[in-house]
Amino acid sequence: MGFAEFVCFDALIPELQAEDRDGAIAELVTALDKAGRLGKGNREAIIKDMIKREKEASTGMGKGIAVPHVKHKAVKNVVAAVGNSSDGIDFSSLDKQPVYSVILLVSPTDNPDGHLQAMEHVFKLLQQEKFRKFLRQSQTAEQIEGLLREADENPQF
Amino acid sequence: MQTGQDSTEKVVYEISVEIKNADGLHMRPAMQFVDLTSQFESDITVSNDENNVDGKSIMQMSMLAATCGTKLKIRAEGPDAKEAIEALRELVEEKHFDEPKPKKKNRKAE
Repeated sequence: MGFAEFVCFDALIPELQAEDRDGAIAELVTALDKAGRLGKGNREAIIKDMIKREKEASTGMGKGIAVPHVKHKAVKNVVAAVGNSSDGIDFSSLDKQPVYSVILLVSPTDNPDGHLQAMEHVFKLLQQEKFRKFLRQSQTAEQIEGLLREADENPQF
Repeated sequence: MQTGQDSTEKVVYEISVEIKNADGLHMRPAMQFVDLTSQFESDITVSNDENNVDGKSIMQMSMLAATCGTKLKIRAEGPDAKEAIEALRELVEEKHFDEPKPKKKNRKAE
């Protein structure tokens, strides 16, 4: 599976306005909603679920990244938004460090394997320092899209 | 390889486990797994057919993306390897990460 199969390229935010976790989640979910990927009237519920999930256990995995995610019936396939914050956001990460890149995923309720495949791809890349660095340095939506497409062509940076 | 021997001796235990919860090894179970492995001194590696990863790294464990029915090999090396393997087997196969098993039998090959 490649990023192009699940990342919504209309929901790439090179500089998040939000300064905190809940705000960043709301901003990215709203971007997916505006791109028409979440059906009608589901935005609020998805934001609420995603924050609730985050409170149970942080998806801030360390190394400046977080991957908030939730299952919701609004989507038939996994869909993701990506955002950067140059100031960093407190995600209560495992390593207590701020988060500079957020990859947010909404997965269907009935396809656990599809969710895992998307996550596998996300982590395969996020594990690589170069990829994390390039993602964090991306200053436009075009740069983020270019990086993700490049990663699809060559997953080993 | 019995307990009570010199603790500096290299002890290696290996086991094959099957993921039994319906949602597979998504982030929450992966975190439970890493929480448990971190309690042991032994080095712990986990492998599927493709990858061989550090059982104490949440990022690497998430990368396995082990779906329900997947078989994983867990290898522990160190003074508490035996205890580690037993605890991990219990978490994966008996407790199945405190999550529900699939309603229908999953017949995924291998």
